[in-house]
Amino acid sequence: MKFNLKVYCEKTRLKDIRDFVEEKLKPHTDDELIINQLVLAVDEICANLIIHSNSCNPAEEINLQVRVDTNGVTFKITDKGKQFNFKDYKEPSIQEVVETKKKGGIGLLLVKRIMDRVEFSSKEQSNTCILYKQFSK
Amino acid sequence: MINIEITKEDEISIITVAGDVDASSSIHLDEALTKLVKESSVKLIMIDGTQLDYISSAGLGVFMSYIDDFKTNNIKMVLFGLSKKVQNVFEILGLDQLLNIVADKKEAKEKLYEIQS
Repeated sequence: MKFNLKVYCEKTRLKDIRDFVEEKLKPHTDDELIINQLVLAVDEICANLIIHSNSCNPAEEINLQVRVDTNGVTFKITDKGKQFNFKDYKEPSIQEVVETKKKGGIGLLLVKRIMDRVEFSSKEQSNTCILYKQFSK
Repeated sequence: MINIEITKEDEISIITVAGDVDASSSIHLDEALTKLVKESSVKLIMIDGTQLDYISSAGLGVFMSYIDDFKTNNIKMVLFGLSKKVQNVFEILGLDQLLNIVADKKEAKEKLYEIQS
């Protein structure tokens, strides 16, 4: 099953994204914790894209594709904002985050802990993030 | 949607957080905590999470950013009433080990006085 959602780059749209993901996952798993973790992973990526790649510009948009079956789920998130270089991402330690009192920086850490696969790529001014998680049997 | 209310019971300040704490709403939680930290009389804080439906890294980041300030100002904070899915988000990064998280208000009160003494 494949579903698509297009949202404008406003932080207030994150709730729509979460509701959409939850609705599409519910028929495939009744594990509330897993659903919330997957919703969280997509929310974190979309928040980063809206805030950092597209500077909360409502004229810009991000596209979310959810492909789900009994084995697992793949999220494909695309935008045309500033490219994110995943190779340069240095995972912060929790201690570091506490000491620097930075309120951001742990979103991607959560995503990496939750998902089985996290990929970023850019081609012709279009950026794609792929997240994959296998459902446990 | 987020709704934040600050109340007081004896010397304990209680922040009740209802709804979703995400990248768009975490600022309100941050403001509530800043307000309490600025009041020198506030030493005991309870976060009532019984109506908290969702938290993202933005909300976790707010709590984490006060850990040092709390130590410096001798402020004790306990979170209670988190649903399983919200508590799980704290556990993914091991934040349940850095913050005081208990089941209910009664335990939260006991924990506050225990860590104060």
